[in-house]
Amino acid sequence: MMTSQKHDFAAAAIRIEDVAPTLRLSLRVKPAHRETLGRALGLDLPTRVGTRAAANGTEALCLGPDEWLIVAPEGTDPAAPARAAYAQAPHSLVDISDREITLRLSGPAVLDVLASCCPRNIAAMPVGSAVRTVFDSATVILWRDGPTDFRMDIWRSFVPHVCALLAQVQDEVMADL
Amino acid sequence: MLLIHCPYCEDTLPELEFTYAGEAHIARPADPSALSDEEWRDYLFIRTNARGPHYERWRHVGCGRFFNALRDTVSDRFLMTYKAGLPRPPLPQETVE
Ligand SMILES: [Zn+2]
Repeated sequence: MMTSQKHDFAAAAIRIEDVAPTLRLSLRVKPAHRETLGRALGLDLPTRVGTRAAANGTEALCLGPDEWLIVAPEGTDPAAPARAAYAQAPHSLVDISDREITLRLSGPAVLDVLASCCPRNIAAMPVGSAVRTVFDSATVILWRDGPTDFRMDIWRSFVPHVCALLAQVQDEVMADL
Repeated sequence: MLLIHCPYCEDTLPELEFTYAGEAHIARPADPSALSDEEWRDYLFIRTNARGPHYERWRHVGCGRFFNALRDTVSDRFLMTYKAGLPRPPLPQETVE
């Protein structure tokens, strides 16, 4: 009885789930062509690092002054309108869908779990923002979708390492350490 | 842990997100084959090795950008950071002995 109660508590404190695969594109375009390309994509590409814009199920995250990550549903082709605008707005748009695996981390203990391995002050991240940062030296992209609701994109080969750490921290949270 | 200000993210962040990348403001010679061996050696290897304020490059994993910093190599204090490509700023007054 005790065991199951403890288990329920831990499950509620931090949930870690796989997110279904999505289309991921890496976009590089010079600031001068940002607006033109954004119009072609139907997205107002944000200019401040860490901010996001969304339209019609497609989301763009500003990673750097000339770099965006675009996440779209599988089966869509946001590259087609971008290709049509290439002459006006030269750019690089690369499919990186399989490069990373996305986990959803949620629950009241999520900030403690992330703080265990992220040097950045995750609690200070605005809801609706996202950053490229490190999780125990593995580069990850962390999306804050709600106060205790995060997505983490992890480069494929680092997933076993990150998941092992998450499991260990989860055990510590469960043991109330 | 050191906190470093990234001029592209306009945010002050922990050093674990940053990588040191050597001395700043070392321009690659326009025509390397016109250089003597000694000049090429100086370009490749000879650095100021400053004791005190040092102009140096850093890279931030967040925005993926290289930028420049002025760091005191004695105190490890970052005196300023600025975007890559900007001219070398003068030393702040208080650091000049
Ligand atoms: Zn940055």
